[in-house]
Amino acid sequence: MATKILIPTPLRGYTDQLDEVEAEGATIGELLANLTTRYADLRKHLYAEDGTRRNFVNIYLNDDDIRYLEKDQTPVTADDTVSIIPSVAGGGWS
Amino acid sequence: MTQAGPAALTNEEVGRYSRHLIMPEVGMEGQLKLKAARVLCVGAGGLGSPVALYLTAAGVGTLGIVDFDTVDHSNLQRQIIHGTPDVGRSKLESAKARLNALNPEVEVVTYEMALSSQNALGLFADYDMVVDGTDNFPTRYLVNDACVLTGKPNVYGSISRFEGQATVFAAEDGPCYRCMFPEPPPPGLVPSCAEGGVLGILPGVVGTLQATEAIKLILGVGESLVGRFLLFDALKMRFRELKVRQDPDCPVCGEHPTVTAPIDYDQFCGITPAATPTSGSTDATVEELKTRLDRQDSFLLLDVREQREFEICRIPGSVLIPLGELPARMSELDGHADMIVHCKSGVRSGKAVALLRNAGYTQARNLQGGILAWIDRVDPALPKY
Repeated sequence: MATKILIPTPLRGYTDQLDEVEAEGATIGELLANLTTRYADLRKHLYAEDGTRRNFVNIYLNDDDIRYLEKDQTPVTADDTVSIIPSVAGGGWS
Repeated sequence: MTQAGPAALTNEEVGRYSRHLIMPEVGMEGQLKLKAARVLCVGAGGLGSPVALYLTAAGVGTLGIVDFDTVDHSNLQRQIIHGTPDVGRSKLESAKARLNALNPEVEVVTYEMALSSQNALGLFADYDMVVDGTDNFPTRYLVNDACVLTGKPNVYGSISRFEGQATVFAAEDGPCYRCMFPEPPPPGLVPSCAEGGVLGILPGVVGTLQATEAIKLILGVGESLVGRFLLFDALKMRFRELKVRQDPDCPVCGEHPTVTAPIDYDQFCGITPAATPTSGSTDATVEELKTRLDRQDSFLLLDVREQREFEICRIPGSVLIPLGELPARMSELDGHADMIVHCKSGVRSGKAVALLRNAGYTQARNLQGGILAWIDRVDPALPKY
């Protein structure tokens, strides 16, 4: 069962420029593990060296932050869309 | 000209705002709220341009603007408050002249300075809300924290290439920026320089969304973006919405806050002078490079910018390998021990030199100031970007 994952622009360099990819997994944790196995360069952007997910990477299941669901144990289905939401600072100022 | 009271509109203002006055959602009451409102816009750039223009046109009584930059040619593609004759002028002077011409009824107050942990609270206290039109993480966290600490809504917008984000943080009972993004990414992790660029119209869209939210907050009408994070993709022309919740453990707006005054935001964002490898004792200067090129010395001049930048301008004899491709293409450097590496200004090439030295190319050296320094000091005929 594959679930759609939306890749934000700054990370597309690590997913062959794809803006969405599908990955297998019954939970968010499994899904992301499979995603970062396929796109190994993405791994260091999502996980710290000790394997914990980086604090500045927000993962959304549909429109909900998984921090307020069951975090990595949040179940996913083929109908869901998972988004990686980066923090963006730009203001076109300089 | 008749004036019924200090808060009333003049006949001229009635004419100017007539399309507002006949709307039930604004009307005379709403227009007087706008006239009494005080909005602080941090930044007079891409986002600040439409924010300031529309708030001024709408008749917001007092508009404060913070900036310390001067207008550059490269700003004009998106910073529509400034024009070609303003290049070289302070952004605040340029913005104020444009806004005064647009609507002399609005008091434009300019603050020619960088927003800092020392001045933010005092500045924000004088305003009803703050519009964040900044462009870097330290200032965004500072704007957020100072908004929470002074109880002012933070009308947030940010942009990158062709995607934008907008919401209202730090409103009463709403989440703040730290609730959503507790920590910034460390400098250098997310590609910035090489991934840079922004579609000129994008800040126009996002800044206009921010201005809309500011006006709605002033009028107290409609559904604001509090608790909703709006994502805009200009290429797909698609808007999406995410929920943002107030985090009870948030260090600034949570139940037991640990941040009770502005902190050192450069430190918080991991920015230390040593973290940016722009200069070092082994750096090459553009004068040295010129001498060695003229002497036809045997060395490799490696350009680690992107193809698109290479097409704009290049130093003769340079070989292009974009920084992102460098790890996979190291073998192309076999046989070259002596190397000078450059990018646009020296940041990416600093990273490239670190990569190269780790891979055994211990003689690789960074060109100080990049191709911009080369253009400034050696070949002014090349276009600058």
